[in-house]
Amino acid sequence: MALDLGVFCKSTLDGEAVEHCFSSLFGLGQNADPSYLDWLMKAWGWTLAVAGLGLTIAFVMGAVMGTLRTLPNTGSSSRFLVRFSTAWVELFRNIPVLVQVFLWYHVIPAFILPLKLLPSYWLVSIALGFYTSARIAEQVRAGIQSLPSGQRAAATALGLTTIQTYRYVILPMALRIVIPPLTSESMNAIKNSSVAFAVSVPELTLFAMQAQEETSKGVEIYLAVTGLYALSAFGMNRVMALIEKRTRIPGFIASNDAVAH
Amino acid sequence: MKMKKLSHALVLTALVAISGAASAASATMDKIKSSGAVTMGVRESSIPMSYTTGDSRFDGYHVEVCRMILNDIKNSLGMSTLRINYQPVTSQNRVPLIQNGTVDIECGSTTNNANRAKDVGFANTLYVEEVRIAVKANSGINSISQLAGKKVATTTGTTSVQLLRKHEKANGVNFDEVFGKDHADSFLLLESGRADAFVMDGSILAGNIANSKNPKDYKIVGEVLSTEPIAIMVPKNDPEFKAAVNAAIAKIVANGKMPELWDKWFLKPIPPKNIVVGLELSPATKNAWANLNDKPAEDYVQKK
Repeated sequence: MALDLGVFCKSTLDGEAVEHCFSSLFGLGQNADPSYLDWLMKAWGWTLAVAGLGLTIAFVMGAVMGTLRTLPNTGSSSRFLVRFSTAWVELFRNIPVLVQVFLWYHVIPAFILPLKLLPSYWLVSIALGFYTSARIAEQVRAGIQSLPSGQRAAATALGLTTIQTYRYVILPMALRIVIPPLTSESMNAIKNSSVAFAVSVPELTLFAMQAQEETSKGVEIYLAVTGLYALSAFGMNRVMALIEKRTRIPGFIASNDAVAH
Repeated sequence: MKMKKLSHALVLTALVAISGAASAASATMDKIKSSGAVTMGVRESSIPMSYTTGDSRFDGYHVEVCRMILNDIKNSLGMSTLRINYQPVTSQNRVPLIQNGTVDIECGSTTNNANRAKDVGFANTLYVEEVRIAVKANSGINSISQLAGKKVATTTGTTSVQLLRKHEKANGVNFDEVFGKDHADSFLLLESGRADAFVMDGSILAGNIANSKNPKDYKIVGEVLSTEPIAIMVPKNDPEFKAAVNAAIAKIVANGKMPELWDKWFLKPIPPKNIVVGLELSPATKNAWANLNDKPAEDYVQKK
């Protein structure tokens, strides 16, 4: 079938073609009414914002919780932290992400009133961030536990405290090891951000559902949205590949270019 | 292999087309007569137009009208029995299912607009929907002009979203729009105070209010934001079938059945939970009964 890409140059108000299809993007001149392309770009921005904020929360919480799960058994406080982080991981990875989004949007603010003042994209980002943090925590734990036990023993022998051991010996290696699985998680976060449409964040999925109803051009709209999701996820992939390359220390961790492209 | 299958399909389609052309009369009526069955497209939860009463049974204002129409067609075809198969449809698949012949007649809550009329046919309108505003009874909001700066909920994938945008532009008011993923979700936004108003089709608002924990807490207020004809959908390339449906509709209206049907579905308790929708008969709908027509929504806009 023939694609009618002209739909993106139509006004979102009356369905007529607008003067500058690409206007608001490159400042070539402002449209009186936004076109579907303008709306698509705005929706893409929302997707990236939710994914970015969620991912930031996920990296911080995931690294912390993953590290806490590997604490040596040296007293009641560390036992508590291990239990707490284990509970965190099991709680957030055992509930479907869409259900978590609804919990953060509808249920939790009913009990914790200040949360009602937060805009919905913050609540979605928290939900997405905590969900992804549980998965990242497991990968960080796997990275830490993949190190030979001699590393930790050597650090202790040098007289380093637990915090110093993690800071200078264990985490620098473990975090490098887990970059490849973290790449997948980062790409997942972009795709999972589509659940935000369910709580009224005007992102790509919401755009797709609404615009295809208004224009009856479902194929074109969904193709564009699919393309942007794929592009965003691939962009994330390249960023992570760059980080992987830049942080690599030759001979430090068994990584050779022949295997890891 | 794939090519072979494709060519088979093409030959088959051609054969069907030829046999269709050979019998000059309505393809749908032929099918109904030869198979003794008809497939009616219905909605799961368009209360009270077309919805399930549980256990794969369907009922509603449009469903009952369609049963009357099909009974009329059965008699005119001289059949003793006609089996009605109910096929639930959604907003996304209803048009394709009519186009490919899976569904012979759709009795749901479909707006007759020019865009859809390119793909399907619409019978004469028996219900005219008015887009209204639902608010909490104690909110003090009585008109759309009072909604400036307020949070207004509506459902993703409906025409109301675009309507709100146009209204914002035309009147220079600024709403804070929030989008529910379905009507129940949008109503929850109003119920939980995340939205101050819910803008949607009057029957949907009335149905959701009737279904809520405390229907007295809500009211439908303000001017009519838009008027849309809701019609029964039939295949596009079958004017004989459409004519038979319209003749049956004319008969039902002439017999004075419509006010009775309105009373039954919009003002009295309806199954399965015996709720009352409580939507008074609007002048627009009364007008549609008096002057049966299949004008699309676009014509209603120009009239205003």
